[in-house]
Amino acid sequence: MTPDTSTAHGRIGTKSLGAVAIRFCGDSGDGMQLTGGQFTNASALFGNDIATFPDFPAEIRAPKGSTYGVSGFQVQFASTEIYTPGDAVNALVAMNPAGFKTNISDVEPGGIVIVNEDEFDKVNFRKCGYEDGYNPLEDDELNRRYQIFKVPMSRLTRESLADMGIGAKDIDRCRNMYALGIVYWLYDRRIETTVDFLNEYFGKQKNKPQIAEINVRALKAGYYFGETAELFPVRYHVAPAKLKTGKYRKISGNEATVLGFVTAAAKAGKKLFYASYPITPASEIIHGLARLKHYGVMTFQAEDEIGAVCAAIGAAFAGDFALCGTSGPGLALKAEGIGLAVMFELPLVVIDVQRAGPATGMPTKTEQADLLQAMFGRPSESPCVIVAPRSPSDCFDMAVEAFRLAVHCMCPVLFLSDGYLANGAEPWLLPDLDAIQPIEVNHPTETNNPEGPYLPYKRDPETLARPWVVPGTSGLEHRIGGLEKQDVTGNISYDPDNHEHMVRTRAAKVLKAAQIIPPLEVRGPDSGDVLLLGWGGTYGAITTAGDELRRRGHSVSTAHLRYLNPFPSNLGDVLSRFETIIIPELNLGQLRMLIRDRFLIDVIGINEVRGKMFQVEALVKKTLEIMTNRSASVCDRRLNSMP
Amino acid sequence: MPDTQLPTYTAKDFTTDQDVRWCPGCGDYAILTAVRKTLPKLTTRKEDYVFVSGIGCAARFPYYMETYGMHSIHGRAPAFATGIKLANPELDVWLVSGDGDLLSIGGNHTMHVMRRNVDINIILLNNQIYGLTKGQYSPTSEFGKKTKSTPVGSPDYPVNPLSWAIGGGCTFVARSIDIDVKHLEEVMLRAAAHRGTSFVEVYQDCNIYNHQVWFYASQKKTKPDSTILLKHETPMIFGAERNKGLQMNGTRLEVVQLGNGVTEDDLLVHDETDRGLAFLLSQLAHPEFPEPLGVIYASTEHDTYDRVVHEQVRQAIESHGEGDLHALLHEGDTWVVEDE
Repeated sequence: MTPDTSTAHGRIGTKSLGAVAIRFCGDSGDGMQLTGGQFTNASALFGNDIATFPDFPAEIRAPKGSTYGVSGFQVQFASTEIYTPGDAVNALVAMNPAGFKTNISDVEPGGIVIVNEDEFDKVNFRKCGYEDGYNPLEDDELNRRYQIFKVPMSRLTRESLADMGIGAKDIDRCRNMYALGIVYWLYDRRIETTVDFLNEYFGKQKNKPQIAEINVRALKAGYYFGETAELFPVRYHVAPAKLKTGKYRKISGNEATVLGFVTAAAKAGKKLFYASYPITPASEIIHGLARLKHYGVMTFQAEDEIGAVCAAIGAAFAGDFALCGTSGPGLALKAEGIGLAVMFELPLVVIDVQRAGPATGMPTKTEQADLLQAMFGRPSESPCVIVAPRSPSDCFDMAVEAFRLAVHCMCPVLFLSDGYLANGAEPWLLPDLDAIQPIEVNHPTETNNPEGPYLPYKRDPETLARPWVVPGTSGLEHRIGGLEKQDVTGNISYDPDNHEHMVRTRAAKVLKAAQIIPPLEVRGPDSGDVLLLGWGGTYGAITTAGDELRRRGHSVSTAHLRYLNPFPSNLGDVLSRFETIIIPELNLGQLRMLIRDRFLIDVIGINEVRGKMFQVEALVKKTLEIMTNRSASVCDRRLNSMP
Repeated sequence: MPDTQLPTYTAKDFTTDQDVRWCPGCGDYAILTAVRKTLPKLTTRKEDYVFVSGIGCAARFPYYMETYGMHSIHGRAPAFATGIKLANPELDVWLVSGDGDLLSIGGNHTMHVMRRNVDINIILLNNQIYGLTKGQYSPTSEFGKKTKSTPVGSPDYPVNPLSWAIGGGCTFVARSIDIDVKHLEEVMLRAAAHRGTSFVEVYQDCNIYNHQVWFYASQKKTKPDSTILLKHETPMIFGAERNKGLQMNGTRLEVVQLGNGVTEDDLLVHDETDRGLAFLLSQLAHPEFPEPLGVIYASTEHDTYDRVVHEQVRQAIESHGEGDLHALLHEGDTWVVEDE
């Protein structure tokens, strides 16, 4: 029976909210990533600002019901601009006890918790390590703390699909859509985008129209359940956000990385050559690029990380835009190759989607601890340009920047993304392609030395870059190699003066890139008590914390570095305008070390290495603590200096 | 209009102004000469050659060739060569390196470039020793080899480069000797003509750290009885008197004396395209057997990696058209935020 929606609306009131963070969690086979992704799409298309945080285990199919097999997807959607997926979870959907157990503590007091009651049985309690005889749904403490809604989703899904003549296994796999239907109703979303997706994905791409049909039916059944069951006293509405006008799409960091590098190559009229070895969380980049062959993209899955960087350098020598992508452990393996590219003075971009380490660490969890590796992790003096996108969509812009700098300097550029950016998504205001400056590439075909052999290391006096002549160019045959070269001629040289000159020239060349790097911008007042300085994926958390601190009346500004080597030219000036510099980082103080070294100023760190992004509230609290301690110590000093 | 006529080259055209810094008497000189003499006989323009090497004495090779060249890092030359060839398949890529570089530190890349059948030519200068680092045993050194790093003898069994290549899926496998420049040239011409990875092992004398290790195969007196020159579709005869041959005995090869009822017709006839036979031949070792020289295996069965990859690109363009960047960015669900 189809319920009458008009009457249902009449009975239950709607409450308006500015922002909501929902988390879906369940077994890694429960389809939580797809469910969260669908909710995100529906919210984005509705016009909310969104930020997502998919959180999944490295195990592909961990034992069912175990806590380490729990997969989660958090999305914050809002009627204002937001920069993070949210600290506290306002609503949790837990498909099983393991999901409940591992996520419940992140839910705000009074928050909504919707559980699939059918999965809360003795067997599953045991699998996730609840004590015998304990049922969390009957825990008075938890029931006081949260609004727990028990829905027998397995049974209701089965009942709603009973007449379809389809096996129990396929039917049970529709539970996530049933849950999504309930949430769509509760948050006043339209189900159409998901209906279209299910028909397209299962119906057309997988050619399983029946699977599409049962999923659509489960989704609708869940939606109608919300409407008719009168389980929820109120439903919620989050109005569209007032974002900048223009056309948007939802984009994750890895997706934006793919599009950015394709655009960079197109802006130079170059072929893109991408070499990589599969590694979490960078593998989506080769998946994305491998389907873009008709854009002049060639992908090469190498035999190992070293083979990947070496093949890329070979392609750079031959004239392609050469790119490789990896994560921290792979970057370590590529170190010698990148050093050779420093010596060759060829353009090369290496993406490091940082993850929690060292060694294998926590491959699916984020961290920012490869900055010093990027900066120094090669033999001897081998400087590289380093850029770091600050948000998922910024990966697009910084990809174009990375190649612009690589060609400008004729040297390797490291692109430091991270697991949080790579998998997180946000709305992306689609760029005007014509507004992106072309990347000028010049492959000389005329000799620079009519009297003798071609001079491969005769530099541009402005940029210190050497010419990029490609094999196949008649008359300009030359050799490059890892042995130290005489400047200008490129011949092997062990001359001490020449070596010193070359080492300093390679360093100076990278520093000169600051000429084409935009100045660092400050959000909030230009000067004041505190500057929160960040880099990379922490932009959302730091920016939100800074905004919040100013809202509470504190003199706190924020600035975010997207260029880490060289730094923007105005960085020293910016730093000098604040009493206290605080650098929050997901490491033990790597940018802090570089800033202290470069500017000889004190810098205070807020450092976490939990495999997770900062919580905004924690940043606010720690900043306030630092401010309090500083003013106390200033008072102390003043008191002590009194006669 | 570009000049489409191929210039006539001589060995001098492929000689750089750099002093060759190998030790006097090193086998590498002869190999360098053979390569410089081979290139003028090919139909490639000078600017389209790229010589790539890793690290080691042999790896200095590119500095002495007046072509494009890349002296890379230890063991990785096959990966660099793959990138060069994929980026521009018009280039004629040659890889010259030593036994330590290609079979020890670079073993992985050597194996993979071979199985992919990237259209490059690999010349392995095998001197069974680490020369540049001053005389440690190499992966091709014999068991029990006494060197500075193995004072009581090497505990490693050596790798057999030819068996390695055949087992790894290489589509062209040959062997020659440094001082036999004429034979070297013949083999290199064959290697150059091969579409796919060609692999030529060259017995090379390191007269400083491993002198005379190949003398049994290179010296006039001993060569005829300790090597066998293979020719496609020709019976396998060898020996100073041309009175010995190879025969199959069950699943094994054996040496037989001609005469006493054994004639040429009883001997095994070389078939370059037979991978199983190639493996058996590659295993023949001095002093029990003559060691094969010449083309051991040559197959055109597999397409080249670079051609397959470029064909995939061509087909993608054919079926989707040249990619439209605007369409790519605007793909999927989009929405518009309008002025209020």
